[in-house]
Amino acid sequence: MAIAERRQAPIYTGTRIPHPIPTVLQVDPALREEGDILEVNFGPNHPSTHGVLRLIVELNGERVEGVEAVIGYLHTGFEKNMEQKTWWKAITYPERIDYLSFQINELAFVLAIEKLLGLEPPPKATWMRTLLCELSRIHSHLIWLGTSALELGAISLLWYCFRERESVLDLFELATGTRMHTRYFQTGGLAEDIPPGFFTECRKFADVMPARVDEYEALLDRQAIWLKRTKGIGLLSAEDAIALGQTGPVLRASGVDWDIRKVEPYLAYDQVDFEVPVYTNGDVYDRYKVHMDEMRESTRIVQQCLDGMPEGPWIADDRKVVLPPRDELHTSMESLIHHFKLVTEGYRVPAGEVYVAVESARGELGCYVVSDGGSKPWRVKFRAPSFVALEATATMVSDALVADMIAILGSLDTVMGDCDR
Amino acid sequence: MSFAEVPGFASVQEERGETTVVIETSRLLDAARHLRDQRGYNFLADIAATDYLGWNDRTVAGYWGDRDNRDINLPGSWGLARKPEPKAKRFSVSYHLLAVVSGAREAPRVRVQVWCEDGDAVPSVVSVWPTADWHEREAFDLMGIRFDGHPNLKRILMDDDWEGHPLRKDYPIGGEPVRFSGDE
Repeated sequence: MAIAERRQAPIYTGTRIPHPIPTVLQVDPALREEGDILEVNFGPNHPSTHGVLRLIVELNGERVEGVEAVIGYLHTGFEKNMEQKTWWKAITYPERIDYLSFQINELAFVLAIEKLLGLEPPPKATWMRTLLCELSRIHSHLIWLGTSALELGAISLLWYCFRERESVLDLFELATGTRMHTRYFQTGGLAEDIPPGFFTECRKFADVMPARVDEYEALLDRQAIWLKRTKGIGLLSAEDAIALGQTGPVLRASGVDWDIRKVEPYLAYDQVDFEVPVYTNGDVYDRYKVHMDEMRESTRIVQQCLDGMPEGPWIADDRKVVLPPRDELHTSMESLIHHFKLVTEGYRVPAGEVYVAVESARGELGCYVVSDGGSKPWRVKFRAPSFVALEATATMVSDALVADMIAILGSLDTVMGDCDR
Repeated sequence: MSFAEVPGFASVQEERGETTVVIETSRLLDAARHLRDQRGYNFLADIAATDYLGWNDRTVAGYWGDRDNRDINLPGSWGLARKPEPKAKRFSVSYHLLAVVSGAREAPRVRVQVWCEDGDAVPSVVSVWPTADWHEREAFDLMGIRFDGHPNLKRILMDDDWEGHPLRKDYPIGGEPVRFSGDE
């Protein structure tokens, strides 16, 4: 296909998933016979791989004819480590898995523990979690936008995105004391009360953010290079997206109206009003549009959380699970005992298995937890959205050029820490 | 919803709002096709393998003695007041299925579970849900489950020449000796 007509390629119907291995695009044997195939090792250390991803690419000129993704360079054994830690110590791990939307990862594990315990956090904690998760989503999308545009040559956008990212990190620092990896969600609620002044600062951010998103869009949407490099590239039909397990912005850009926050609402998502952006072309450009709209919707949710934030306790009153208030330790023997038991031994979680799914910035983040009734998890398994997203590379890059491959990889919004765990 | 007509159906369990359907390992592929084509479970979210070696005989952290010899002041203590149910075999493989319909406002989920011993093969479902490719490779790599009929079953997260399967319960925990460039 000539490049000119490929640029306007409409979304295909049916399936393009390679056969027999769905994740490996194999070179046509006839083409290999001709002998013009060049095998190139792309990565693992390459600026556009968003971490350490290796692609074995087979090229015919500039055209990608074969591709195989090799992952595992960031495998650090989080799941094994979590089995060695008591439940509340294990909460620190999920945040480091996906280091861009850390609060949402933490949430998935905390929700799984609470589901096993049958523990209900108070409304204030639920709303604050919703707020922080949406800030996390904005934070993650900003980094995605900045780096993906950077890879396609739009350097200046990165600085604008990082300006707003900095504001989000400042808000995290204000609320939790830490910029990243906040460990603010505790079983039963929040680790500490929301500090005074947080809502004022957060509202300042929420007021300015919609205009900022318009600004980014103005910088990209009328730029010919950006449009030419993203439209009609990396096509994925709705059928293939579902078969390949795609979720999040990738699935929604392929025309499937699907968002865990809507289909099985958790936290306060059934009490706030927001839209699920859906686009139908299934190309890199539509994935970018979904990200932009999601930032606007997240800002709307943040505003509604600020308006609707209930008063009251920030953590459940359950002394077998939740640390007693610090000031009680000096006067109450029982509190001291509870504190000692919780810190040394940890709480026990009833035996059972649960699967909790939340909508992370990248799609369905699942947390499968098995407990034997002890003070440590028996098994923790994360369904990492980045891991699944990379399975679609082989389908998307068929008929792409090397440069398009960069755009396609960027549009999948993968975090290699999340992929390799 | 009844799952009794799923091929190879063994048992069904409802717990904490989640449905677990246990399927005979040898009939998994039939069951998978049935669930996708007749029941609309077109989306495989995850495959999670679990090793139950030593299930039921873990000692309690912070106490002397094991769970059988203690009654930890009921009913305030969670969990260990009751022994967990014994497991049928060593490994379970859980398939988390989902029916994705564009624009739907509900998410029907089901967990399909098969059980196997060390060395048993589990039928691969790559032909039913292509996304199973990497999930099965991960279960093979980290847990040592063999999948019959997988087109490309090799290690994915660990090195190709790695020995052992790290997420097994009998895999030793400890440091990897640091290799310095001057060493032989």
